[in-house]
Amino acid sequence: MSSKTLPLLFINLGGEMLYILDQRLRAQNIPCDKAKKVMNDIITTMFNKKFLDELFKPQELYSKKALRTVFDRLAHASIMRLNQASMDKLYDLMTMAFKYQVLLCPRPKDILLVSFNHMDAIRDFVRDTPSILSQVDETYRQLIEMYTPLSGGEFQLIRQTLLIFFQDMHIRVSIFLKDKVQNSNGRFVLPTSGPVPFGTQIPGLIRMFSCSGDEVKRVQFRSAGNYSSALREGSFEMYGERVIKLGTNMYSVSRPVETHMSGASKNSAQHTKVSTAPNPLAKEELNLLARLMGGLEVRKPANPDSRFRVNLFATDEEEEEALISRPDELSYEVINIQATKQCRVSALLKATTTGGEFRPVTYGYKGPAGQRRASSDHG
Amino acid sequence: MYHKEKSIQIKSSASALYNNLSVLRIAPRCLTYFTVVHANVVNMVSASWDGLNFSHRQLQSKEGNIAASSSLIMQASWCVLPSRELLVLTSQKGIQMYESDGSIMVYWHALDNPETPTAQAVFARGIAAVRENYICVGISSGSVLVFDIPSKGSNVMLSEVLEEHRDAVTDMASECSGSLEYMADLVTADDSGLLCVWKSGEDFQLLHKIPGFDVSCSSVKLWKGTVAAGYGTGQIRIYEAVTGIVHAEVNAHARWIYSLDIAPFSGLLLSGAEDSLVRVWHLTMNPDANSVEVEHLYSECITDTQICGAKFCDGDGYAFAVTGYDLSEIIRYTQA
Repeated sequence: MSSKTLPLLFINLGGEMLYILDQRLRAQNIPCDKAKKVMNDIITTMFNKKFLDELFKPQELYSKKALRTVFDRLAHASIMRLNQASMDKLYDLMTMAFKYQVLLCPRPKDILLVSFNHMDAIRDFVRDTPSILSQVDETYRQLIEMYTPLSGGEFQLIRQTLLIFFQDMHIRVSIFLKDKVQNSNGRFVLPTSGPVPFGTQIPGLIRMFSCSGDEVKRVQFRSAGNYSSALREGSFEMYGERVIKLGTNMYSVSRPVETHMSGASKNSAQHTKVSTAPNPLAKEELNLLARLMGGLEVRKPANPDSRFRVNLFATDEEEEEALISRPDELSYEVINIQATKQCRVSALLKATTTGGEFRPVTYGYKGPAGQRRASSDHG
Repeated sequence: MYHKEKSIQIKSSASALYNNLSVLRIAPRCLTYFTVVHANVVNMVSASWDGLNFSHRQLQSKEGNIAASSSLIMQASWCVLPSRELLVLTSQKGIQMYESDGSIMVYWHALDNPETPTAQAVFARGIAAVRENYICVGISSGSVLVFDIPSKGSNVMLSEVLEEHRDAVTDMASECSGSLEYMADLVTADDSGLLCVWKSGEDFQLLHKIPGFDVSCSSVKLWKGTVAAGYGTGQIRIYEAVTGIVHAEVNAHARWIYSLDIAPFSGLLLSGAEDSLVRVWHLTMNPDANSVEVEHLYSECITDTQICGAKFCDGDGYAFAVTGYDLSEIIRYTQA
């Protein structure tokens, strides 16, 4: 499938992550300077030049495992800490939000406008910090250079690649359920009304022509939908009105972020059983991942005591409960890269990890009893 | 006009790919086979006509002749030739041809895959059986491979490579009326919307190029010398194949069309799109006036589903089947 999908996947998921973290930081009344530091640190790491250069190379999409590992690292790029349950929930929200945006994009090309919506918000988060701002602007340029020349068909291929990545994910998100954009079975509502995509005509007209090209007959049929004319096209430039609302921030302090774990569709487990292909996290992917992570420099915090924990649940008890009750088929099985000593990956990571007091939270394998085994047990 | 029948469950959900449903009717055994692609796997289900027996099989994409692969399958389609029926799978790595029940792989053709991924994706997509003994397959580079198929056995040969398309091939179709009176045997479509019309033979001959309008043509059918093409804008256009004359333009769907099918005995046209709608149309030929009339007959909304496959189950269009992204079932309708 498309070899140009990863940058869009990463930037949009990253954008959603920032929306959610921003909301949680404010909801938990984290002091302004600390909150700002977290956002700045994460954004700096996300838009690190070496990292982005790797990301923009033509390549197949990573597996879910590999991508989750990247986001784990990213979420811990600063003084903020997340427990496993909160990280799981964060990732659920990010992925379901972007799945929704990809599905509902009127045209495949509009995925780029969704990406620009995320980028616009990120630029706003760091508008007071020129050094990070220039990194963000550089990324706009890379996106414009890579994606604006693509045809509708190539964008559809990118979209189809993303939809395969999101296949069978039906996690219910409270904010989506409340807004009636998601059904109780976890599937998104696809409206059959509203403006048609830019470039599409409202369904209903049949025109018939003679062999000399003159229109000889015009018939209207009942189209079983309630469509209106297309809105104007959004801007694909660095600055501009994007028109599409998908990809803008839907969270605010008053709209908490929750997911329902119970009732997650049984089908979500199916796709993991089907493939008898070789271990998807083969040596090649580990090496790719290492190169990518090598660019994710984790900065040593100036003051270790400035660390704090963010909870994506309303209470600590809820967070603990979520960890225990998470269905096994939804476990992300994050790679514990530090445990695979044979691979050169660990050497690379050691070079970038600060070691000492601040280490990323490592997630062990979830055993059948739902308990976490220590990382040393990882085979 | 149609009512819903009991759906057929499949082992995994359908991926969002063009023309993601293929149907093979086996009258002597009162069976119908269906295939639906899920990532690197093809779900095959055989359904008995009495609705009582279903059997499932899964085929996987390959790497080389033997090794199972995680490479993604773009399309699976049955090719019906006078002497035999083959099931063809096209993936990122190559083209696999199986006996029609999926039991034995008859032929494997590897695509030229560069060492490191390039900006231009590599895959095969677009499958058609043409005349007596050809199976044609499209490539992301725009090439169309023509394979010469023996009446039995595995001695398949690559006969020719047609180089007219500059953009990735999306779909192709051969003349399905069963009549030999029409000059055009095959129409191929690509991402720019360009349609190429061919006459088959030892050397395929390009009869006409119908230009695109910078909109991808995702699905195409050829019937009685007439091309029906579905586009990313949701429009269906009807052309005369050998001249490119536009007979009709239909503002059919509000989103990208994913699948078209024609029932050759009745002239019914089926369209399915991302807008959740399946529509049935009727094509009436007026050979004296050299025109085609299009009439809308029926629409069905598959709620909250982006349709990726829609096919008639028989030559009259008495029944049709539909697949949708993320759905693990084949939805069926029959005439009331």
